[in-house]
Amino acid sequence: MRLSQLEVGETGIVKEFTDLEMSVKLMEMGCLPGEEIRIERVAPLGDPIAINVAGYQLSLRKREAYTIVLQ
Amino acid sequence: MKADIRVALVGNPNTGKSTLFNVLTGLNQKIGNFPGVTVDKKVGYTTLPDGRVAEIIDLPGTYSIYPKSQDESIVFSVLADKHNAHTPDLVVIILDASNLKRNLLLYSQVADLKIPVVVTLNMMDMAKKADIDIDVNLFAKKLGVPVVPISARKNEGTAALKNAISFANKFAFQEDSIDVNTIAPELVAAIQQELNIDNPYLALQLAHQHETLKFLTPEQSDRIEELEKEHSFHSQKAQGQETIARYAFINDLLYDTVKKPLTAQGETHSNKIDKILTHKFFGFVIFFAILMFMFQAIFSWSSYPMELIGDAFVWVQDSLHHTLPPGPLTSLLVDGIIAGLSGVMVFIPQIAILFAFISILEDTGYMSRVTFMMDKLMRKVGLNGKSVVPLIGGFACAVPSIMGTRTIENWKDRMITIMVTPLVTCSARLPIYTLLIALVVPNRNVWWVFNMQGLALTGMYVFSLISAIVVAWVFKFILKGKERGYFIMELPVYRMPRWNNVIFSMYDRSKAFVFQAGKVIIAISIILWVLASYGPGDRFAKIDQKFSKPQYTQHMTPDSLSRTISSAKLENSYAGVLGHSIEPVIRPLGFDWKIGIALITSFAAREVFVGTMATIYSVNGSAEKMQSVYQKMKEAKNPDTGQPVFTLAVAFSLMMFYAFAMQCASTVAIVFRETKNWRWPAIQFAYMTVLAYAASFIAYNLLR
Repeated sequence: MRLSQLEVGETGIVKEFTDLEMSVKLMEMGCLPGEEIRIERVAPLGDPIAINVAGYQLSLRKREAYTIVLQ
Repeated sequence: MKADIRVALVGNPNTGKSTLFNVLTGLNQKIGNFPGVTVDKKVGYTTLPDGRVAEIIDLPGTYSIYPKSQDESIVFSVLADKHNAHTPDLVVIILDASNLKRNLLLYSQVADLKIPVVVTLNMMDMAKKADIDIDVNLFAKKLGVPVVPISARKNEGTAALKNAISFANKFAFQEDSIDVNTIAPELVAAIQQELNIDNPYLALQLAHQHETLKFLTPEQSDRIEELEKEHSFHSQKAQGQETIARYAFINDLLYDTVKKPLTAQGETHSNKIDKILTHKFFGFVIFFAILMFMFQAIFSWSSYPMELIGDAFVWVQDSLHHTLPPGPLTSLLVDGIIAGLSGVMVFIPQIAILFAFISILEDTGYMSRVTFMMDKLMRKVGLNGKSVVPLIGGFACAVPSIMGTRTIENWKDRMITIMVTPLVTCSARLPIYTLLIALVVPNRNVWWVFNMQGLALTGMYVFSLISAIVVAWVFKFILKGKERGYFIMELPVYRMPRWNNVIFSMYDRSKAFVFQAGKVIIAISIILWVLASYGPGDRFAKIDQKFSKPQYTQHMTPDSLSRTISSAKLENSYAGVLGHSIEPVIRPLGFDWKIGIALITSFAAREVFVGTMATIYSVNGSAEKMQSVYQKMKEAKNPDTGQPVFTLAVAFSLMMFYAFAMQCASTVAIVFRETKNWRWPAIQFAYMTVLAYAASFIAYNLLR
């Protein structure tokens, strides 16, 4: 299951990443393995998405969300 | 000012770092440059309780000392370079108390460099509102550093912070956060030995960042590269490993020092606002409504102050003409420099108002939502969600809009935005379009309601937006970005704007505009004045001789005689000669030498066109006497054919030229300032000139 497959309001726990470069950037922003992520909303045109992680809101493109594998 | 202690402010974006900087230093700040890089350096001074003066350096906001943009890379190089005039004695780290976890990553990295640190917990009021309970004493004890809770917006706790700065140690006492030796022990040891460095984390960072660090010699950098190969060091893997270790430390630090409810209060509050502002339908409606309001405000609020500034310059020019002895020096000062400066200064109100709006939109957190909504659309043409704001600002003036592109981290996206922003119809093109449209488009209604002249003008605006988007799309394939594009961006919670910051931003940007663009404008005005006031050889003397003959002095009124003389002199001045010499080039566009002069003089600023036309067609006064310029241009006949000069084809050809040509010295200057490389304004100037020529050529030949 990838983060990009979750619907708005659903939560998931990060397991691992498929892209090293993205994983480094995401982990710096608090998106680490073991963290719970909730999909907050999708942009009006369908991309990017906004997620809640580590107590704040982060936006990322679906392409980037696809690199996050959930437990 | 001489400082006793140098303090660097470090923190994440959206933590109130600039607010704290403004509170600490007041207006006692200046913007300089870090040597060798293109990042602005904000420095201010504050007096400590013990009477010493502290120099405060505001470093760019960053989430990590691993840089993602050029702005961010300055943070590590300032902190790590021990033999530099900017090396801080103390680092003040600002943490958002309502979002400690992510903020602490940067703290733990900076702390491990073993520079003395003071931690400030900002937004304590927000944290309290969100029921976040922080045990500050235990927190400070676990970190081993002084921790000062403050609320920079309300100016609470800043006295305690100044106190903490004055009592700060010369040595770093903070606890280690991670064991650096678990990451790449052999490599770190080798670099430490090679470069004689005590701190293992500094050595590890040098391994990561040595390629971009200015303070390493090429030999040192090459040696680090060799060592990396020897120990098969993988930068991204090592960084990932370090980040995981740091968050383990942070979780351990927070579990008994911070208590917070499961869902933060500010977060849910913000969510409710987002439901409306980023709504599928209303999101865009509200966005366009805000834009409309902004445009209206920029044009209507600025008209009165702009008039005042214009009048003030006229008054100054008038009184200088009367008090100074007539002569070339007076003329240079009054007609060259001051006239040129007035052209820049009248734009200050528009710039200040535009920046007030941008600063409010940024401060409240709305701008990141606009970016969020527009990203997909803009990405299609090679731009970025963040390009929307400068493009829209371009309708007022490209100069402040290009300054505003700094928020775009991705180099390629930012460059494309800078390259296309001057294509958007700015306010300086408006007088040219209105004049030319009035000349050739009949003032009649079509389809009952639409005025043809109004339609033509609207068409020019829409055309400019389309051309900006098409050019951006072309640049997408030409420019090679080193970085991969991504859009990982914090959406900060909505907050009320801080009026102090709004005023600072207006002041700051207007000042930068006046000083940076002003210098260039003065230089170009002087050159233009010289070119238009002197002619080669004895041509001017001959003109004076000719018109002193009785058939002129007796049969013409002094007024029309002086106009005839000045128009004859203009034709024979260097500018006139230049106009004649470029005539073969612009002939295919339908332009004669008189229009050629206007093209040359309006290089400095587009709006000069109307004034030059007025001079060339020997009309006294300037844009105010548009009617008479209009009359003269309407009656202008081609001496060879007897046909009117300004036909539909010529007028539209001219408008196409002004739509594309980079006829704005201020924009050239600001693009140079923002890119710190003459290549970019040169490329921009070249491509816009080529497009202008081609578009004019096509328009002229289609309509002829």
